[in-house]
Amino acid sequence: MTIPSAPGAMRLTHADAASIARMRARHPEAFHAPPLRRAAPYLIVALATALAVFALWRFEFSPVRLATGLARLGDMAVLMVPPWPGGLAEAWTVVKALGETVAIAFLGTLLATAFAFPVAFLAARNTTFSGVARFLTRRGLDGVRGVDMLIWALLWINVVGLGPFAGVLAVMTSDFGALGKLFSEAIEAADRKPVEGVASTGGSHWRQVRFGVLPQVLPVIAGQALYFFESNTRSSAIIGIVGAGGIGLYLSEQIRMFEWQGVAFAIILILIAVAIIDRISGVLRAAIINGGVQKL
Amino acid sequence: MGSQADHARHWREVQRRKRGHTLMFCAGLAAATLWSAWMSDVNLSKLFSNIGNFFGYFDRILTLDSGPAMGRRVWTAPGEWLWGLDKWLPLLADTLLMAYLGTLLGALGALALCFAPARNLTPNPWARVAARRFLEFCRTVPEIVFALIFVVAFGLGPMAGVLAIAVHTAGALGKQFSEVVENIDMKPVEGLMASGAARWPTIRFAVIPQILSNVVSYCLMRFEINVRGASVMGFVGAGGIGQDLIEAIRKFYYADVSALLLLIVLCVCVIDFLSEKLRHALLEREAHA
Repeated sequence: MTIPSAPGAMRLTHADAASIARMRARHPEAFHAPPLRRAAPYLIVALATALAVFALWRFEFSPVRLATGLARLGDMAVLMVPPWPGGLAEAWTVVKALGETVAIAFLGTLLATAFAFPVAFLAARNTTFSGVARFLTRRGLDGVRGVDMLIWALLWINVVGLGPFAGVLAVMTSDFGALGKLFSEAIEAADRKPVEGVASTGGSHWRQVRFGVLPQVLPVIAGQALYFFESNTRSSAIIGIVGAGGIGLYLSEQIRMFEWQGVAFAIILILIAVAIIDRISGVLRAAIINGGVQKL
Repeated sequence: MGSQADHARHWREVQRRKRGHTLMFCAGLAAATLWSAWMSDVNLSKLFSNIGNFFGYFDRILTLDSGPAMGRRVWTAPGEWLWGLDKWLPLLADTLLMAYLGTLLGALGALALCFAPARNLTPNPWARVAARRFLEFCRTVPEIVFALIFVVAFGLGPMAGVLAIAVHTAGALGKQFSEVVENIDMKPVEGLMASGAARWPTIRFAVIPQILSNVVSYCLMRFEINVRGASVMGFVGAGGIGQDLIEAIRKFYYADVSALLLLIVLCVCVIDFLSEKLRHALLEREAHA
């Protein structure tokens, strides 16, 4: 019985010494990978493991510490049931703090989007007016992004005092850096053809941006802003730890006082709020993407 | 003629609906903005009267506040400014190491958990939902909250910080990994299943080779994020350079604040740069292979 083979395919039975030699000559790298390249994956894994072991040793991880810690975590989990802050009045305070957190996230994201939008055009290669401006804007955005939101919150507390307003400004500043970078990447990824079309009819630089670039990037930008709103609800839940409003203050107080039922209540509320916002922003994002497609 | 009138009417109708939608959207946005401004005690007059403090703060942290060069700009006396480098550099290294170990442990956890929520590999809906909810919990609770709790359970120090980063990372990466898994080519999986392979060999030989490059790239991105996260773990006593930073801010050691911020921002920028280069190199290798 003969095995049918594709025309041109080499049948193993006919592979004599000469054809093997030919194959070797044609694909030397398949037969003689340099030893270093063959060893590379193992070397990388060995190095990564060594570094991890060093870190474990340096941070004093030990099975005993891990076991006692886990046991204590288990005790806390038992103490968390039922999740309830102890009274209706307290519960209402927590819910209000959660509303504050959502408000901080919303307003912070909105302001960050508003400020990042014009700056992103400066930072994008295809819309900026000078290379120097682009370089400076990008480095500026990098610097703003390198500082964590909690640190920004501490700085803004110096300006407007303790409270949720400092939180809004912190969310705004730290998102300004991240959104500015993302928006400018979206602008750089925009298709050149509409821009060329506007340019060919004699449109100015401003018109090219307005009618060539803007319609392409608006849905992307709106989607990213929504995504950030969702993730900011999580992060603005913690800026209260340094005194910038929201549910974080309550949460950290409850943890410090070992009030585990209140902790569990606050965490569950945060989970629910994030799930709701996640759902809403998913629906809105889908609507924006569909609307964008229809307009095109 | 009649069809033209119809057409015009239809056009007006569409335009009116579109305007209606835009108006509704603007009204909703305005209402939400006003509500959140009211909730979060926005006080513009305070902001404008005190905005000087913001720039004044930068002015102050960029001025040496003690020692022989007191009152001068920090960069005129770098030795004075960065006096604590011997203490801060090891702390910075610790911070990086925390981010590394947290990312590694979290990625291992995510890799172990990412096959259960994937629709194409786990037919059992209960297992899928359970795994998804668990990952969601891990990534929704902020890592600082985990750190606060772990500091109580495991004691003060970087161990709590590493574990907090690891748990949060497992949740975030687990979701991304499982999305990658859901998008793989199923033919190799079917091939292995047809030859009678069990679940783990199937995953090892049919799934892992397809997802590896994405997994590595997501891990690098998460490492960048975790370096930022690790830099504030010290705020709640969970190790790293954050402890010194919050002390400097709270005790008004202005020049120290700017020195520490400079170190952190530089470090974050270098890590971002290197990781981006590495990711691009990986993508290029992928394209050649």
